[in-house]
Amino acid sequence: MFLLLPMVALVVVSFFDYDSVQIIPGFVLTNYTDVLGSSVTWRTYLNTIRFTALVWAFTTVIGFAVAYILTFEIRSRTTQMVLFLVCTIPFLTSNMIRMISWIPFLGREGLLNTALLRTGLIHQPLEFLLFSDFAVVLAYVHLFTLFMVTPVFNTMMRIDRRLIEAAVDGGASWWQVLSQVIIPLSKPGLAIGSIFVVTLTMGDFVTVRLMSGGQSASVGLMISNQIALLQYPAACANAVVLLLVVLLMIAAILRIVDIRKEL
Amino acid sequence: MGAQLRRWALLGFLGLFILFLYGPTLTILILSFQGPDGGLTFPMNGVSLHWFARLFQAQAVGDFGGSMLRSLTLATLVMAATVVVSLAAGMAFRRRFRGANALFTLTVTSLIIPSILVSLGVGLLYNLAGWDTDWYSSAFGAQLTWTLPFGLLIMFAVFNRFNPAWEEAARDQGATPWQSFRHVVLPIIAPSVVGVALFGFTLSYDEYARTLLTAGSDNTLPLEIIGMTTSVTTPVLYALGTLTTVFSAVVIAGALCAMRLLKR
Repeated sequence: MFLLLPMVALVVVSFFDYDSVQIIPGFVLTNYTDVLGSSVTWRTYLNTIRFTALVWAFTTVIGFAVAYILTFEIRSRTTQMVLFLVCTIPFLTSNMIRMISWIPFLGREGLLNTALLRTGLIHQPLEFLLFSDFAVVLAYVHLFTLFMVTPVFNTMMRIDRRLIEAAVDGGASWWQVLSQVIIPLSKPGLAIGSIFVVTLTMGDFVTVRLMSGGQSASVGLMISNQIALLQYPAACANAVVLLLVVLLMIAAILRIVDIRKEL
Repeated sequence: MGAQLRRWALLGFLGLFILFLYGPTLTILILSFQGPDGGLTFPMNGVSLHWFARLFQAQAVGDFGGSMLRSLTLATLVMAATVVVSLAAGMAFRRRFRGANALFTLTVTSLIIPSILVSLGVGLLYNLAGWDTDWYSSAFGAQLTWTLPFGLLIMFAVFNRFNPAWEEAARDQGATPWQSFRHVVLPIIAPSVVGVALFGFTLSYDEYARTLLTAGSDNTLPLEIIGMTTSVTTPVLYALGTLTTVFSAVVIAGALCAMRLLKR
């Protein structure tokens, strides 16, 4: 109920007309022509996709590595569960606070700059650390890697250890076991994690606003700005486009990997 | 030798990752005890509870007490609804029924629709219907689109591994359906139910994107924090962060303890 009706409302309103004071019910395509015809939109989408690609790459590599270590390098069952909990608990605490906590770390007079200055590695504080694209990507990776670790860990735990032993007995090196046994078998988990990371990054607006200090744009931020200006139909048209883009990306992921047997 | 070295490198990586996860939060934890003259970054200018005290003088930083209360109430409501619905749906899904697949698809879709779209959609729907958005009606619904799928997926996973033989045994002994649920099923799945409750509570308590356009005139705590990031430039922000994080940690620890106890 709270999902379907709002989505219908979104699509309906995206065809409404509007002027500076009110929304006029009707059926016009101007919202879509405005959205698709503006170079700002295209640049914003490109920027968002660039963020998504970067974040996806980092979270995949880090998430896979962490899940691998938890599954295959930690031998005691209890330690494994404790470490897994340690890695998932931040997910249940406030994202806002976790973003804010980067500020004293990255700021001009933050910990990192102070430390680098003191060791003499740099002579000027690094400006690009906070309120930049770097900060945005860092915050995303910080927030979303857990969404990759959990499904991949879940899939890896189900890998039959005998397969690995068989590979080792067959003379496979560590690298061969990893690339030819473990990675293919972890694909469903990687796919689920990727879906989470992609949708979260594509739809985000708070992280971008906070961590870029208003210097970078994302589609979500663009939508929320249009809402602030009460341009609801324009925001809706944008939202529908975003939804289609995200669904296409998910469809692409699902084409590559079949996750159904995971559920 | 090589294998040993690799093992240490990997364990070191895990350590770094955990540091990466918790390090920043620890910095603001320390910085929230900044002295009255201290700023937003190190060095510490003395140690005090000054900023915590400031936090409770409501006029200085907005409506902290009110938004906290609203967030807690809302989180409790969302938790209750999530537990009841997930449990019911989990039981229902054990038998095939018409629409089961559609409902499942809907659940998963709900997880992957970008949060701002849910917010915008619910807000618009209320607008079109002429209702006022409020934190206990529209925001409640919007948050359920996020917490319910998690609850449902956990329940599905639990019932997938549930052995129906126990229930059959209870039925053979003459238990009514309610008795077998109350005395057989519930005790077995109790830890997972606590898990679902934990998810429902914490996800709602920290949610902002879905609440943004649906909370009406009264802010919840995360929305208050977003407002503060643009206007407040004192360690009050960190004090608030420390307080909510400690609160979340207490809730999580409580839930984990309950799960351990129930597993016996």
